[in-house]
Amino acid sequence: MYSEKVMDHFSNPRNMGEIENASGVGTVGNAKCGDIMRIYLDIDEGHVIRECKFKTFGCGAAVATSSMATELVKGKTIQEAMAVTNQAVMEALDGLPPVKVHCSLLAEEAIHAALWDYAQKNGIEIEGLKKPRSDIHEDEQAAEEY
Amino acid sequence: MDKNIIYLDNAATTRTLPEAVEAMLPWFSERYGNASSIYAMGAESKKKIEQVREQIAGTLHVSPREIYFTAGGSESDNWALVAAAESYADKGRHIITSKIEHHAVLHTCQYLEKRGFEVTYVDVDGDGILRPEELEEAIRPDTILISVMFANNEIGTLQPIEEIGRIARKRGILFHTDAVQAYGHVPIDAQALAIDMLSASGHKLGGPKGIGFLYIRDGLKLRSFVHGGAQERGRRAGTENVPGIAGLGAAVEAAFTHMQEREERIRQLRDYLIERIEREIPFCRLNGHRTRRLPGNVNFCFRFIEGESLLIMLDMKGICASSGSACTSGSLDPSHVLLAIGLPHEIAHGSLRLSLSGENTRQEMDRTVEAIKEIVEKLRRMSPLYEDFLKEENLKEEETCTAKR
Repeated sequence: MYSEKVMDHFSNPRNMGEIENASGVGTVGNAKCGDIMRIYLDIDEGHVIRECKFKTFGCGAAVATSSMATELVKGKTIQEAMAVTNQAVMEALDGLPPVKVHCSLLAEEAIHAALWDYAQKNGIEIEGLKKPRSDIHEDEQAAEEY
Repeated sequence: MDKNIIYLDNAATTRTLPEAVEAMLPWFSERYGNASSIYAMGAESKKKIEQVREQIAGTLHVSPREIYFTAGGSESDNWALVAAAESYADKGRHIITSKIEHHAVLHTCQYLEKRGFEVTYVDVDGDGILRPEELEEAIRPDTILISVMFANNEIGTLQPIEEIGRIARKRGILFHTDAVQAYGHVPIDAQALAIDMLSASGHKLGGPKGIGFLYIRDGLKLRSFVHGGAQERGRRAGTENVPGIAGLGAAVEAAFTHMQEREERIRQLRDYLIERIEREIPFCRLNGHRTRRLPGNVNFCFRFIEGESLLIMLDMKGICASSGSACTSGSLDPSHVLLAIGLPHEIAHGSLRLSLSGENTRQEMDRTVEAIKEIVEKLRRMSPLYEDFLKEENLKEEETCTAKR
C-alpha cells in the first residue's frame, strides 16, 4: 500500500522530537479524526530554518509526511519553506494512496502553523502565509457530508 | 507461510486447514460433475453436498432441509435481512438490530431504510453487551425482525442470544443472528435458542473462503435471494460450490471435534495475553467484556497512539493483527463498535485486535507482548498527545508539591 520511501520515513523518522524554546511551534489536526502533527522550528536572524522537529499522532502516512516535511524545510529560508507544498511532500515520498492525501495537507498546514507562530512572535509578515486553520478536517468533513 | 510469522488475525480469516484443502481437491478435476446433472458424476457431487448439509445441521441441532449454502457470511446476512423484510412487509416494516453489528447487517439495514423500512439500532453497554430489556422496549406492533449478532467481530462479546430468542419468539417476531464469529468456536443449539435464521462463514473456522450458509427455520416463507435455478430448494440459484462445500465439511468436522478442549486452550492463551498486556503496558484498556467474550478475542486500546502505525510496526516484526482505527477503515471515523461502547474518538483510534486460533502458542504470546511494548513506547515518544499529557502531569505534580509546602 505504501511506497518504499514512505515505509522508510515511517520506520526511521527523521527529525522526530521537540525543540526547547523553539522560534515557532505549530500543531494541526484533530485527535478525533486520528491525526495530530506538531512542528517545531528553530529560525535564525537571517530567517533560515536551522532546525526542524516534529511529533505526530497518526497513521503511517502521517508520520512519513511529517518526517519528509521537516527534511524539506530544514536549511531553507522561511520564504523557501513556503514553497514546500503538500504536493512537494507527496512527490518526495514517491506518492501516497488516495485516502492518505490529507496527511500531506496536514504536513503542509503544520509547517505553515509553525511559521505563523514565528511570524506572530516576531511581528513580521510572511508573504503568502495565511492564518492556519486549527483543524484541516473541518473542510473534509463538510465535503463528505455534502 | 514464513515460519516466523505470528498470525493473530483469525477473526479476519483463518488458515485453511490441510484437511479442508485435501477434502476439496477431488471436487475440482476428478469429480467435477454438476450436482444437478443426471449422470453418476453429478450424483456424486449431489451426495457430497447433502452429506455436508446433514453434518452442519447436526452441529446446530436442526434439520438438513433448513441449511442453505451461500457464498459466505455477508451473503447470508444480506439474504436473511432483505428477504425477511420483503417477505413479511405486509405484517409490518420495523426492524430491530444493534449498534455493533457487522457492516453486512448494518449496511443492509440502511438499504432497507431507503426502501421504506424503519430500523431501530439498540445500544450496548460499556462492555459491548446488548441489554434484553432495551431490546424489548424497542419492539413495536409492526416489528417483523430482530437481528443481533451471536458474537461481535471486533471486541468478541457474546450477546444474550437465549434471552433475545425468547423475547422474539414470545412476541412472534423473526430472529436472525449473525454467527459468523461464533459458529465452530462456541456451541450453538439453534432450536433451543429459538433462532429463526443464522449466518455462518467457512473461512472463519478453518474452511475455504467463498462458502458459508444460512440456516432458515422450516416454515419461514422467505423469498429466494439468487434467482435462476432450482438449487438449494429453489431459494438460492447457482451451481453449487462443491469443492467449497467439501472443504467446509472438513473444517466443520475439525471445529466440532475437541471443540471444548481446543477453545479452553485458546481461552487460556487469551487470558495470559490480556494479563501480560494489562500488567506491562501503561494506559491501556481492555475492550469488551472480560469473560463473556469469544475464547480467541483480545481487543485493547492504547492511549496516545494510532492503530495503523501500530499495525505496520507489528507487521515489520512478523505479527499480523488488526485495528479499528479510522485509517484502517478508509474513513475519518474509528470503529462504530468502539464508539458504541462509549470510547471517545481519540482513544478508539488506538485500538488493536488480536484474534487467536488453536495453532497459536504461549511463546508467540510472549513475543507479541514484547513487540507491542516496544512499539507502543516508540509511538508514544513520537506522540504530541503523550507529550501534552506528560506536561500536564508534571504541572499537576508541581502544584501538589507546592501545596504541600
